[in-house]
Amino acid sequence: MELASAQVIGAGLAAIGVGAAAAGVGMVFGNFLQGALRNPAAADGQFPRLIFGFAAAELLGLMAFAVAMIILYAR
Amino acid sequence: MAVESKIDPMHQFQIQPIFGDLGSPFAFTNSALWMMVLLALITGFMILGMRRELVPGRWQAAAEGLVGALDSMVVTSIGPSGRKYLPWVFSSFIFILFANFVGSMPFAITGVHPFTVTSQFTVTGVMSIISFLIVLGVGFWKHGLHFLSLFWPKGMPVGLKLLIAPIEFISFLVRPFSLGLRPFIAMFAGHILLDVFGNFIVQGFNAGGSGYVVSVLCFLFVTFINALELLVGAIQAYVFALLTSMYINDAVNLH
Repeated sequence: MELASAQVIGAGLAAIGVGAAAAGVGMVFGNFLQGALRNPAAADGQFPRLIFGFAAAELLGLMAFAVAMIILYAR
Repeated sequence: MAVESKIDPMHQFQIQPIFGDLGSPFAFTNSALWMMVLLALITGFMILGMRRELVPGRWQAAAEGLVGALDSMVVTSIGPSGRKYLPWVFSSFIFILFANFVGSMPFAITGVHPFTVTSQFTVTGVMSIISFLIVLGVGFWKHGLHFLSLFWPKGMPVGLKLLIAPIEFISFLVRPFSLGLRPFIAMFAGHILLDVFGNFIVQGFNAGGSGYVVSVLCFLFVTFINALELLVGAIQAYVFALLTSMYINDAVNLH
């Protein structure tokens, strides 16, 4: 297999992790919404925790993207 | 480059010298130019917002709202004594916010290519190292070597403690890396996406026929992504400030 095609395939495989992180981010916001609808009065106070959970989940997707880019553009 | 095509999404992140040679340490690059622009914009924003009118105008309301939001965030996550760390938290927040917003502006129509300062890991990495050094300095200044008890969890059996302590230590060491990686990758990925789909618009027009459909779809998509990019830019600035204040909280209050 040529190096260029192997790189493209590898980058595509590495990008699967972005989808997994998308599921994680959706879970964070979905569960927050569930809790917020049950107790709307307490929802605003938990906004920093929501963003923290979002950031923690999102970072892994960004890592997957960085790995994909490194594979794609590495010489 | 591995992929042979006319689209070159990496070109927009190139640092080019405006005055001087790129090899010399005194080169004035496009990154430096846009940092100057950011400095001017932030200074103007804050000066216009700090006129202390009795009935706040729009600028003053915006500036007061930003400062108030960051202040309440710092106070809730560190405590009332955390207000002295507000200058760094607010500076990093407003710098990342303005850099992300200015980098997303469509000045390229007029021929001026806005350089997104935060799309270089050197910039965000140095900012996160400053945050990390503040955490280390505050921790060792306030608690001395007792600061190391941050890695020693409470209320669990000793065997588990021995297992958790190295994990805590590694996660502490990874913090500056992950903190700086987040705003950098968000801007990097978003701008690559915008560049690629912006090229698809032009290529669709050039192809003609059914290419026009592709162009229109890509145009709608780029518009949507641009709006998303503004949201992501604000969220990343907020996340940087929030995580910085949470890490400082660890150093001040030691769990």
